[in-house]
Amino acid sequence: MRRESRQKIRETLVSFPSLFWLSLFFIVPTLFVFAIALKPANPYGGIGSGWTWDNLRSLVNPNYLAVAWRTLWISVFSAAVCLVLATPIGYYLARVTARWKGFFLMLIIVPFWTNFLIRIFAWKVLLHPEGAIKKVLALSGLIGPQTSLLYNAGAVVLVTVYTFLPFTILPIYAAAEKFDFQLLEAARDLGARRLQAFVRIFLPGIRRGLITAVLFVFIPALGSYVIPDIVGGPSGEMIGNKIAQRVFVDRNLPQASALSVVLILSVLAPLVTVLVLQRKREKPESLL
Amino acid sequence: MRRSRFPFFVTMAVLFFFYLPIIILIVNSFNASRFESGWQGFSLMWYKRLFHEPEIWRAAKNSLLIAASATAVSLVIGTTAAIALHRFARSRLQRFHFGLVYTPLVVPEILMGISLLMLFVTAGVELGLFTIFLAHVTFCISFVAMTVLARLQDFDESIVEAAQDLGAGWWATTRRVLLPMLMPGLIAGGLLAFTLSIDDFVITFFVAGPGSTTLPIRVYSMIKYGSPPLINALSTLLLVLTFTAVAASQRLSRSRR
Repeated sequence: MRRESRQKIRETLVSFPSLFWLSLFFIVPTLFVFAIALKPANPYGGIGSGWTWDNLRSLVNPNYLAVAWRTLWISVFSAAVCLVLATPIGYYLARVTARWKGFFLMLIIVPFWTNFLIRIFAWKVLLHPEGAIKKVLALSGLIGPQTSLLYNAGAVVLVTVYTFLPFTILPIYAAAEKFDFQLLEAARDLGARRLQAFVRIFLPGIRRGLITAVLFVFIPALGSYVIPDIVGGPSGEMIGNKIAQRVFVDRNLPQASALSVVLILSVLAPLVTVLVLQRKREKPESLL
Repeated sequence: MRRSRFPFFVTMAVLFFFYLPIIILIVNSFNASRFESGWQGFSLMWYKRLFHEPEIWRAAKNSLLIAASATAVSLVIGTTAAIALHRFARSRLQRFHFGLVYTPLVVPEILMGISLLMLFVTAGVELGLFTIFLAHVTFCISFVAMTVLARLQDFDESIVEAAQDLGAGWWATTRRVLLPMLMPGLIAGGLLAFTLSIDDFVITFFVAGPGSTTLPIRVYSMIKYGSPPLINALSTLLLVLTFTAVAASQRLSRSRR
């Protein structure tokens, strides 16, 4: 008994620093966001007294709804593109010899040592009306001279895929690495066509990796702010931009909080869904 | 069985896609032209210009200061968190603790930025380097904890038991056995925290005040309002620095083993 209580004290002591810090700087601030969403703004850019539903009510306006819809489809579409590209790469990496594997993994990771902003900037330069891609496409007649590659939702999807693709390749590769490739050969021997074997045996075999990969793009994409800010223009705005505008342009913190509440809930939705589905299917460990 | 060539081609195409923008950026940093419109000859003028921009160097100094202090603090807190999570794994407190450490990893940055801003505004804390430091420690803790935890789960529990059997107390075991074995995990976690802190823009942008510009914030305003060739030169310089640092740290960890 004494031994057990001493053990308890030790546990509390060792856990205390992180529990304290993350409670103060993670849980409490999140609760503040919910609380401030119900507060009125004051004219000096601060938070007024009393409580109100106005911030939440004002979210139901066509402008916000259009932005919310765009945020959703950009995130879904980017996640889909990442998945389609990352699956064959994960498959390839799992099958290639150990030496090449290390080399390719290195090649995939190295570009992402550059700063996030700088990578987005590099695309801004490439997609620019005077940039290389525009010139090539215009010369080959694929696009008219007036078509703009920059400042639209397409540019946002492109750069989102560029930014998050490595984070989808790695979990898929990790799952494929554990996959027993003899199963594919067995399927072929039993008469399955190549694509059929891939879809019916390989994809279910790496399901966990696929789910993790989707979450790794979808969730950060929902909260994207810098990418649409730099390459999106007004027609590529997402919820993140609206939150930033409320904070930095018109300094309406309660309105920014209301938008953040929507974002928090939409991030939680897919996470909870995956956790519940996994619990139903099998004994869960963790998402990773 | 003949294998499909398709995965190979996708891999090559994606690698091309990954490198294209960065290579063009590096090439452009040596371009004498002001407007990215074609090659106008090799020049180092943008690099020279970079050295006459005091703002950039002031921002770099702020970034280093914050990264160093945030790394030190988050290393301590993250490591204690990992030890608690590992030692007392099955307890109810630790299940909550794990959730608390794990969640910041999946939350989009903008949410952490805005919620910390709300905290600081409500508490009346003046925005500046100090609030940036607090924010950076907050997101670094989780990354350090996960890195160190992975290392802890890897190693042989019996060594710790042996130390205890030989009469080492809790503190002696931690200091003489646990910490030395954890070293590679601590180095990896520290490096991760440092790079994440140096690189962070979104969270920093929300909790920065006037006069507390970090390097990414400076880069952002250059992208928005400044001259592109200067950013090319700065990025190339940063890229070279990162390469050297990573190569050095890898050599270091290899010679340790």
